[in-house]
Amino acid sequence: MAYRILIVDDSPTMRQLLAFAVKRLAGVEVQEAADGLDGYKKLASGKFDLVLLDINMPVMDGLKLVSIIRGNPDYKDIPIVMVTTEGGKEDREKALSLGANAYLTKPVQAPHVLSVVKELLKIA
Amino acid sequence: MSDEKNIFSRAEEFMQLFKKGADFTQDLLKENERLRFKIVQLEEKNKVASTSDSGTDDKLVTELNKKLQTLEQELQKLHHRHKEVEAENQDFANRYLEVQNENNHLANLYIASFQLHSTLDSREVLQVVMEIIINLIGAEIFGILLLDEKTNELTAVSTEGVDREEIPLIRLGVGIMGGVAKSGENFFVEEIKPFDKFDPQTPIVCIPLKIKDHVIGVIVIYKLLQQKSKFTELDYELFSLLAGHAATAIFSSRLYSESERKLSTIQGFINFLTK
Repeated sequence: MAYRILIVDDSPTMRQLLAFAVKRLAGVEVQEAADGLDGYKKLASGKFDLVLLDINMPVMDGLKLVSIIRGNPDYKDIPIVMVTTEGGKEDREKALSLGANAYLTKPVQAPHVLSVVKELLKIA
Repeated sequence: MSDEKNIFSRAEEFMQLFKKGADFTQDLLKENERLRFKIVQLEEKNKVASTSDSGTDDKLVTELNKKLQTLEQELQKLHHRHKEVEAENQDFANRYLEVQNENNHLANLYIASFQLHSTLDSREVLQVVMEIIINLIGAEIFGILLLDEKTNELTAVSTEGVDREEIPLIRLGVGIMGGVAKSGENFFVEEIKPFDKFDPQTPIVCIPLKIKDHVIGVIVIYKLLQQKSKFTELDYELFSLLAGHAATAIFSSRLYSESERKLSTIQGFINFLTK
């Protein structure tokens, strides 16, 4: 089964690293977006199975995008994984209360990202 | 006369009977002797046979013992081999983890290197170096300082978590950063203590940006992200990569910008002359 994953991060380095991590899963297709607004537009352009999302981004931050995604009935069930430098408890709780499914702090390691993604996509 | 004849005839009969009896006795004795001989023979045979049976059993037992010993030895060997295979298996599992780890390290290094050389714009190159330090190393307060070879001073050209102006000009050879720029040797604090307040002279890490032995600047880190308490093996590899590749990328992009500027000036001059 093929999965489509949207990576939203303003850092090209992080986008490449996350894409490298998730592409280890067979049949994964990745789309990238450089900020929250770009992410929302990409989300509207096709069906996605999971979103990897940074918090600190220009134009629209990741928390705003989580609220928008969860407010839209079409996207409310898409798993969202926050991948951020913000390691504070408050940031974590806020993101999870808005509807994020998992919260990873940078620097992340590919195997960790992969295990969280597999768990959310229910891949054995 | 007839009586006498009769007596002789009877005596003759008796004698014949006696002779027959004697013959019969002789035959019986012979038969007895033959049977005795036969018994002795049979006893001998029996003895020989019983002796030879016990020999066969002993042989069989010896052979079986030998086989048992061989089997026990083989079993020992198999146990030993099983242990060896188990150890090999464990070794392979460990090796697999190491390879996976190494693979991740290489992926990080490849991505960092790829990004560093993805542009010739000096601002973008600095941005990539900053991204690597934030996202792959996990630093919160840090800066990139470049060496002005005319003044022998290090100047902050890009910072994160602190204003550029907060990092003063550093003389070559003075303090930790000046010393790193002069010696070309990395600096790491032995123990990362909880961050108290920003002091531009006391970094936790200072890496020289080197092209071969020529230092063009330093990367200086003051504070790590709160979720990061210590450096990993990968961080040291990233520092090594940054020391070389970031220096080359920054230097190349600066040369390219300068040549672009010069080219633009010359082009303007040519345009002016050919108007």
